[in-house]
Amino acid sequence: MQHSFISKNPSVLVFLAILALFTLSVTLLSEGLGLGLISTSFVKTLGKTLCLCLIAVAMDLVWGFTGILSLGHFAFFGLGGYMIGMWLMYERTRLIVVQSLSQSEIPPTQSEVVDAIGNQIFGVVGSSEFPLVWIFADSLVLQLALVLLVPGILALVFGWLAFRSRVTGVYLSILTQAMTLALALYLFQNDSGLRGNNGLSGLQNLPGVSASQDAVSLWFLWASALALGLGYLLSAWIVSGKFGSAIRGIRDNEARVRFLGYSVVSYKLAIFTLTACIAAIAGALYYPQAGIINPAEMAPIASIYLAVLVAIGGRGRLYGAVIGAALVSLLSTWFTGGQAPDISLGFYTIKWVDWWLVLLGLSFVAVTLFAPKGIGGLVDYWTNRQTPDRHGADLGPDDGALREQEALK
Amino acid sequence: MSPLLEVSGVSVSFDGFRAINNLSFRIGKAELRAVIGPNGAGKTTFMDIVTGKTRPDEGRVTWKTSEDRSISLLKLSEARIAQAGVGRKFQKPTVFEDQTVQENLLLALKKPRGWMAVLMYRPNDTDFAKVADLAQQVGLADALLRKSGELSHGQKQWLEIGMLLAQEPRLLLVDEPAAGMTPEEREHTTDILLEAAKTRAVVVVEHDMEFVRRLNCKVTVLHEGSVLAEGSLDHVTANQKVIDVYLGR
Repeated sequence: MQHSFISKNPSVLVFLAILALFTLSVTLLSEGLGLGLISTSFVKTLGKTLCLCLIAVAMDLVWGFTGILSLGHFAFFGLGGYMIGMWLMYERTRLIVVQSLSQSEIPPTQSEVVDAIGNQIFGVVGSSEFPLVWIFADSLVLQLALVLLVPGILALVFGWLAFRSRVTGVYLSILTQAMTLALALYLFQNDSGLRGNNGLSGLQNLPGVSASQDAVSLWFLWASALALGLGYLLSAWIVSGKFGSAIRGIRDNEARVRFLGYSVVSYKLAIFTLTACIAAIAGALYYPQAGIINPAEMAPIASIYLAVLVAIGGRGRLYGAVIGAALVSLLSTWFTGGQAPDISLGFYTIKWVDWWLVLLGLSFVAVTLFAPKGIGGLVDYWTNRQTPDRHGADLGPDDGALREQEALK
Repeated sequence: MSPLLEVSGVSVSFDGFRAINNLSFRIGKAELRAVIGPNGAGKTTFMDIVTGKTRPDEGRVTWKTSEDRSISLLKLSEARIAQAGVGRKFQKPTVFEDQTVQENLLLALKKPRGWMAVLMYRPNDTDFAKVADLAQQVGLADALLRKSGELSHGQKQWLEIGMLLAQEPRLLLVDEPAAGMTPEEREHTTDILLEAAKTRAVVVVEHDMEFVRRLNCKVTVLHEGSVLAEGSLDHVTANQKVIDVYLGR
């Protein structure tokens, strides 16, 4: 009865093959290395989409498998982006400052350089002092560590407080939403130390790299594809074994799992913290491609949007989350980018830029009502996986057990 | 011989209503016990207290961990109590319907319960054999790879009993195991419980007198949160107080 991980989960291999094929073809068609059929900005859009797919996988783990409807995972995504953004901005500004100061007669001292960087970065919020949170901004290694540590520790502390008090269901969703909102509001303040509503910008320019954006966009596409592939593999491995069985049990009947002797709190904490870290990695790859990050990215609506992506794609199956995220975010780009043709009704013209969210909302409602398995559920038709049809036979081992028709009523 | 579980002087109130009133109860290491009583007698609350779901206002619940050591269950979480060896079957069959019979049993199998250990755990042939054996015991050998949501009501009850046995508990609390079963299914359930009670303590809460009679064991009658009578079924059914509050109606 023992089989290897891959043979039990053929969808993983299919997914990785499709991902590799996709990355290869985009590379071949890009401006940086290939035929130039795909513009650099679209390569960036595709790279960002891969990051959204990764956070959707994380959301599926925490919501679709463990049943925690977290409306806070975009906060972790944003925090990851901020952490890498701090180093990118600091280092690039430092290079510019050193360059311009080298023209002067007397070589600048270390503190003069730091002051000048502070002036450049914080001038926009009327300050020139480095706040405490930038203490490690000059070190890439430390900031990379913070990409995982800051969201991870936040998730750990928040999760511990919430899960230990047995907050579940809609109350937990509201609590996570409140956390996200509080964080966004805090970052909106100019004295939060992260440039208030200006956010961090110029993140697409890698310091010390002279390659053009055509090439850089490809590097990030590859990195995002790699992260998505590894994240998917890790998630598939986690849910395939007994741990997956336990978290699905927690989703369906938490009390029962507890009476089996499992400490539900530690399982929830593990999965909440892990997915926060995955979300942070996705964010750290997303924002250098977007070029700018500001607190509006972390508003609660973003996390709700994430839940919608996963629901449309089909929660409880990892590829469903990826399909949903890829499809919806690409469609969103198409509709809001002005490429979708307007529909003229004579008395009113439907402009998709305005109506896209309505369409998204309607499709969310439609999926919830008519196809609770989401788009991923279509795969079941293809693999012929059906809910069993017993042709009206007894459900039970004995005479007198419910017949199928009775049971279905 | 000191008992495996000893509940003494336990009381609990919900909003002023005394669900359990100075209840004392003890059960030995390998003993089958039936608990009967009218609705609201405190049978389910009693189980809630032993499994840690409800904290009593006063009283002691002691659990013998080895020959000369006892611990109090009152300070432990539900998960810890389960790990200590108390298994519970709910009134309504609660199995993980989205998972196969095999997955359900594997989840219940006695193994380290920490999340790290579970994450690294991969079942080996011995585990699969154990699961197959358990499924055989509860009559689900053919259904191992079926989703438990497809099973009939009676089969789900058995699966849950199988999961309890997989936990290898030292005390089994079973709430109305025969509810909603056909006569043949009841008979099979009786056999499973009698077999289990040979090696461990089993407490069965039941309404159905016929079923209790077939278990052929010591009976505890609860009424208004305390023990009204205790003894063989014939002994307690002859008790005038029991007839008044329960059987006479």
